[in-house]
Amino acid sequence: MAAEAKDGSGRLRWLIVAIPFAWLLVFFLIPFFNVLKLSFSTRARALPPYKPVFDFADGIAGFFAKLQQLTLANHLSLFTDPRYVEAYLSSLKIAAISTVLILIVAYPIAYGMARAPREWRSMLVMMVILPFWTSFLIRVYAWIGILGNEGLLNGFLLWLGVIDQPITILTTDWAVYIGIVYSYLPFMILPLYATLEKMDDTLLEAAADLGCPPIQAFWKITFPISLPGVIAGCFLVFIPITGEFVIPELLGGSGTKMIGKTLWYEFFNNRNWPLASAVAVVLLLILVVPIVLFQNAQKVSEAK
Amino acid sequence: MRKGQSWFNTTSVALGFAFLYAPIVILVIYSFNDSKLVTVWGGFSTRWYVELLNDQAMLDAAWITLRLALLSATMATILGTLAAITMVRFGRFLGRSVFSGMIYAPLVMPDVITGLSLLLLFVSIDIDRGFWTVTLAHTTLTMCFVAVVVQSRLVVFDRSLEEAALDLGCPPFKTFFVITLPLILPAVVAGWMLAFTLSLDDLVIASFTTGPGATTLPMKIFSQVKFGVTPEINAISTILITIVAIGVIAASLFNKRREVERQKAERLALQG
Repeated sequence: MAAEAKDGSGRLRWLIVAIPFAWLLVFFLIPFFNVLKLSFSTRARALPPYKPVFDFADGIAGFFAKLQQLTLANHLSLFTDPRYVEAYLSSLKIAAISTVLILIVAYPIAYGMARAPREWRSMLVMMVILPFWTSFLIRVYAWIGILGNEGLLNGFLLWLGVIDQPITILTTDWAVYIGIVYSYLPFMILPLYATLEKMDDTLLEAAADLGCPPIQAFWKITFPISLPGVIAGCFLVFIPITGEFVIPELLGGSGTKMIGKTLWYEFFNNRNWPLASAVAVVLLLILVVPIVLFQNAQKVSEAK
Repeated sequence: MRKGQSWFNTTSVALGFAFLYAPIVILVIYSFNDSKLVTVWGGFSTRWYVELLNDQAMLDAAWITLRLALLSATMATILGTLAAITMVRFGRFLGRSVFSGMIYAPLVMPDVITGLSLLLLFVSIDIDRGFWTVTLAHTTLTMCFVAVVVQSRLVVFDRSLEEAALDLGCPPFKTFFVITLPLILPAVVAGWMLAFTLSLDDLVIASFTTGPGATTLPMKIFSQVKFGVTPEINAISTILITIVAIGVIAASLFNKRREVERQKAERLALQG
């Protein structure tokens, strides 16, 4: 009966699918092909600052003439110029190390939250979410005041007498790691907590009764159970960190090479739009593997 | 053994929250610092808030950002809710995997790529960049977050109420507004709030897609922050943090009250 009623509203159903679908097609998928096309173009002193610019007025012959102006030069320079190669490798390295660090920091917090008294848990979850709602930019900015040479951390260490002159933390990779771990921590805590909270305590009790030491019980029971959360959390942080711009720009120094920064500078400072597009295309190709894996993981959890 | 474990748990949670909150608390405290230097406490003062009120450029940016966030969050909520319904209710259709790919990819896509691709779209179709292009960009990004939030509510949704309404001859369109929407409303509201704060917060996509005359607050803050810490930025940050904190806490209290009322009603229904 209900199914019949729905069939009667075929047009409505079609509209519900079509509106968001068309929107994402126009504003998400098609722009990527546009970026791809532009990455084969050449920089030009014109408006817009690239050539060739395809135009319907060219006709078919004009179209093919312009098609021949497309070049692989941008992509090639990304693989031959050590500056770009270094930026890609360094981004992946920073993202990988940060992901491990975040996992190490987040796990005990999520575990503690999941083992907290039941009536506290929803409040603890809200307290993890709350800083996530407050501006990312502001939270990164807060660390500038803490990590600087004149900052609070150095002031505190000097006061303690641990150091006798300020140590440089800001403008080093250390500051970038601190900023990344801080900013992305909630993204790891929440999926971990979601899996750990569902864990049955009696499993650990049974293991203990049978003489399994707690650490071994952790690796044999708790960690495997939390694995979906670990995987989701790692993807959620690794992919965006690879393309991170704000944190290396504000906390890192000129020596901090990250590809998000390279793209930004090529685009805004050098106004080299085709090269910036090529940087984006190659970054996307690198990230496609983890993005597809992430989507499959999402689909599996959806199916459950 | 259990006692040792809970000691460890308490410590890790306490340290974790100290790490999460200390920078924000320090930032707020130093917004009331009379001295311009970060490490020197010059006494309590609200002078930076007064200076903020006289900073017309900053106020303009705040106003633009607020309008932008309200508009894009509302559009994103409508589109995102439709997308969630599509994903949960319509099973398989042609292009379904493309569709869910387009929903999940923006969630993890680096901002620089999304921003660049949208800018190049706006350039190639030759529309004037400014307030509206940023609105379109933010709507596109945030509708995916709304879709995921609403979807998670729709998945656990009990469809018998809807089916009853349809069986009794209620048209599908009306059924949606009378039955479905009120039931998924908490998720829709949460989605709207998430979209609103994401738009309020975004620096990178706005920088790419904006044009003359539409400088958003994060862009303004970013350009000043590059020259170091200023108490005025602390002051505006404190105001933003306060607004967001009040919003989130109010929303969660509201949800909790709804939940309590629902449970009470269920109990009454069982007794009756």
